[in-house]
Amino acid sequence: MLLVLLALCLLWMSTARADDAAPLPVDFPGLVAALPQADFAAKQAIVTRMTELHVPQARVLLAAWLDNRLESRRSDGKVFVVEEHDGTLVLVDPFDGKGAGEGAADDFERVRSNNALRKLLKVSIAQFDLKDPDPRVRAAAVRQMRRDLDEDTVTALRAALTQEKDGRAQHEIRVALAVSDLGAGDAAVRLAAVRALDGETAADVYNALKPLAQDSGTESDASMRAAAIGAVRHIEVWRNFYEALETLFFGLSLGSVLVLAAIGLAITFGVMGVINMAHGELMMLGAYTAYVMQQLMPHHVGAALLLSVPAAFLVSGLAGVAIERTVVRYLYGRPLETLLATFGLSLIMQQLVRSVFSPLNRSVATPEWMSGLWQVNDLFSLTWNRVYILVFSLVVFLLLVLILNRTPLGLKVRAVAQNRGMARAMGVRTERVDALTFGLGSGIAGVAGVALSQLTNVGPNLGQSYIVDSFMVVVFGGVGNLWGTLISGMGLGVVNKLLEPYAGAVIAKILVLVFLIMFIQRRPRGLFPQKGRAAEGT
Amino acid sequence: MNTKYLRNRLLAGAAALGLLAASAAQAEDTIKVGVLHSLSGTMAISETTLKDTILMMIDEQNKKGGLLGKKLEAVVVDPASNWPLFAEKASELLEKDKVAVVFGCWTSVSRKSVLPVFEKDDGLLFYPVQYEGEESSRNVIYTGAAPNQQAIPAVDYLMKEIKVKRWVLEGTDYVYPRTTNKILEAYLKAKGVKPEDIMINYTPFGFSDWQSEVAKIKQFGSAGKKTAVVSTINGDANVPFYKELGNQKISAEDNPVVAYSVGEEELSGVDTKPLVGHLAAWNYFESIKTPANDAFIKQWHEFIKNPKRTTTDPMEAHYIGFNLWVKAVEKAGTTNTDKVIDALPGLETPNLTGGMAKLLPNHHITKPVYIGEIRDDGQFDVVWQTKGTVPGDAWSDYLPGSKDIEADWVTLKCGNYNTVTKKCAGQNF
Repeated sequence: MLLVLLALCLLWMSTARADDAAPLPVDFPGLVAALPQADFAAKQAIVTRMTELHVPQARVLLAAWLDNRLESRRSDGKVFVVEEHDGTLVLVDPFDGKGAGEGAADDFERVRSNNALRKLLKVSIAQFDLKDPDPRVRAAAVRQMRRDLDEDTVTALRAALTQEKDGRAQHEIRVALAVSDLGAGDAAVRLAAVRALDGETAADVYNALKPLAQDSGTESDASMRAAAIGAVRHIEVWRNFYEALETLFFGLSLGSVLVLAAIGLAITFGVMGVINMAHGELMMLGAYTAYVMQQLMPHHVGAALLLSVPAAFLVSGLAGVAIERTVVRYLYGRPLETLLATFGLSLIMQQLVRSVFSPLNRSVATPEWMSGLWQVNDLFSLTWNRVYILVFSLVVFLLLVLILNRTPLGLKVRAVAQNRGMARAMGVRTERVDALTFGLGSGIAGVAGVALSQLTNVGPNLGQSYIVDSFMVVVFGGVGNLWGTLISGMGLGVVNKLLEPYAGAVIAKILVLVFLIMFIQRRPRGLFPQKGRAAEGT
Repeated sequence: MNTKYLRNRLLAGAAALGLLAASAAQAEDTIKVGVLHSLSGTMAISETTLKDTILMMIDEQNKKGGLLGKKLEAVVVDPASNWPLFAEKASELLEKDKVAVVFGCWTSVSRKSVLPVFEKDDGLLFYPVQYEGEESSRNVIYTGAAPNQQAIPAVDYLMKEIKVKRWVLEGTDYVYPRTTNKILEAYLKAKGVKPEDIMINYTPFGFSDWQSEVAKIKQFGSAGKKTAVVSTINGDANVPFYKELGNQKISAEDNPVVAYSVGEEELSGVDTKPLVGHLAAWNYFESIKTPANDAFIKQWHEFIKNPKRTTTDPMEAHYIGFNLWVKAVEKAGTTNTDKVIDALPGLETPNLTGGMAKLLPNHHITKPVYIGEIRDDGQFDVVWQTKGTVPGDAWSDYLPGSKDIEADWVTLKCGNYNTVTKKCAGQNF
């Protein structure tokens, strides 16, 4: 009995083995046809074979695969490159690149990839791109290949160098070859490689040079080591410079978020003197407006986001006017009651959102042009979403300054803030101005919420996490002073980010708060206190 | 008139008495099951699902005819994500409602809060979430993963299969990440990883400005050695974290992030594009195809009336815990806590993904460990799994304070027996 079992077992194993070793199709169509059924190991073999075959169509197919745009039809297992629109797939035949009609997404199954496979795909695509007519594509391909150099890639690169006409691509290839030459047996070749790499700043070059520059390092030749040390020092100087620049940018970008959050409050609290605890919830409303806009136009993520800026201004602004008319106006001059009433309002608004949208966070998609990286050079890069938000906050700030200083509304707002009785005597309808001012501050909060939806979770608690920071910025900057808000927001952001690498995120935040408490003790009116008659009223 | 009034009064009184008697009889006919999960507050997102899971299990058991000939009756309370309130609600369940068993808690701090109550009132708690270990109570059955059933196997996978040489331990600043990272640091050092190749970082709850943290990870990872991030970041701080990773082009192929608190439920409200390829370590994935799992998912969708809801690891833990309890009650023939606790060790019940979950003398269970890659649809592709199941270890072998300590509620009758001094420390948890 046992023997029979054993025999069966062996038989099963041998058939399984035979399955594993099922010969790979030799031609491109055969390889493509084998894709839907293949497991990840088989897929790797298929990719390698496709790269060897070097069929031009394979580049398109592999790139689509890497992009998750390769699907197989359930009915006949045919593979298509697809483009999704509204749940229907626009099909492209992988062999002739021509359109092959459309299909419902449910009738197709994605050809999946995993990490190992995606890495292989990138390398394979780079090999195709080495012969691309566009020199920039070729240079990028070399960079991709440089990440893991082996003998095959080095030979491929040497061959490519002889063909290469474009200066930039040539340069990339030379750098790649020099990195590989650092491990050469011949000392002269190594020295030439180090010399060639001097002035390069990429991280992989640095990592390759670093061991040569160390005392206990792998390099025995003294002149070699001196050259390597020189090259490494060169990189380190630049590294430190760009690191400082990066920290500054991080600080400004955190600061821009703080400014955005605080700027609406600078109006309601700073100019009007209303302690509005529901300010955070007005931002939350703005963020939810962005979410709703995206739900309304699911296929135009970017346009929806842009449109949600005015929409959020309206929604939060109207909510602000409503709050002013129904609650705040009865409580002018009674800060404690205002604080309690608006705090209660904030809880009501949170619960409202919980009931309408569920307590779960909602995801707001990031448009293509806002995601990713702006690679300035090897050592310095900025994330696009932060760049946009930094610019956006400055634009919002400037608009607000213009409104306050250059429009009739701004004039009235300032007049009412400075001397209510006199303004009324001059014929200003102060009640209306109050409502409009509160609405303006609230609308700006809504606009800030749209920006926040790109950085953090859109959920009922969104406002709570920013309300304290907002008050902090306004008080630190000096109540009633817009420029003070800008400078204090940016300043706090930069200080926070300067401290973070040394102290860690938790301690950095605490240190900033301790500093603030001490500062307010010394100068209770903040960085830029209002001077003259306006200050007396507050 | 008068007599009529009197007769009416008497009749009403009799009816009321009868009703009372009937309800008392009915109360005796049911077995009460306590459900102690937050239905409001910050943890409601995660814990409401677990309440529904237990209600579903009770419903199913009642359809099968109940337990010991009686129907099961759920007593649901809401501790509102408020840790001291957990203790109050626990004693309400045990003392006032006299429940036979409680399924509940999510965060470690809520578990620590109810522990004294369960030990004083001799209750029985099934705790379904992966946790930091360093605990074994006679009155608690831990059906979630101990560190050696999630954290350590995941690190093993990265070290052996992905050849990771440099490590970032990134966590939220509270007890679970701190203890887990302490264990992982000791483990990595024991495996010969140099201290300069380990970076440990903590951020506050709900942290959203990840740019410098991620830049630090990027720089740490660009030293030419394969670098992985082990993330014990909890809750919604994960979303901006992964977004920032995506924006700064830290790809899963180069610097994989393995998460211990990110599952199907957490991914369901998230734009998953930047996360694809990153890893998570769990003892259960919804995407694992077994007949038992398919049936469970189908049952869940029918019960919750929403085919889009996901199933998660802690749900499986409750499924296992409930089945273990049912078996123990059937074996003991009673719901008496002491007898059920004595009956529990050694019992087995099938996992949803294959293999058996066996309750060990230290009140932890055996579990398979899976590593999954995040897919763009919010599900996971299993890329690695342990051979067979891993027995849960209450006291980590890699921490100096706890490596000599053993938990055994069968022979030693002790949750923290020191094998060197041969003493059972008086403290029970």
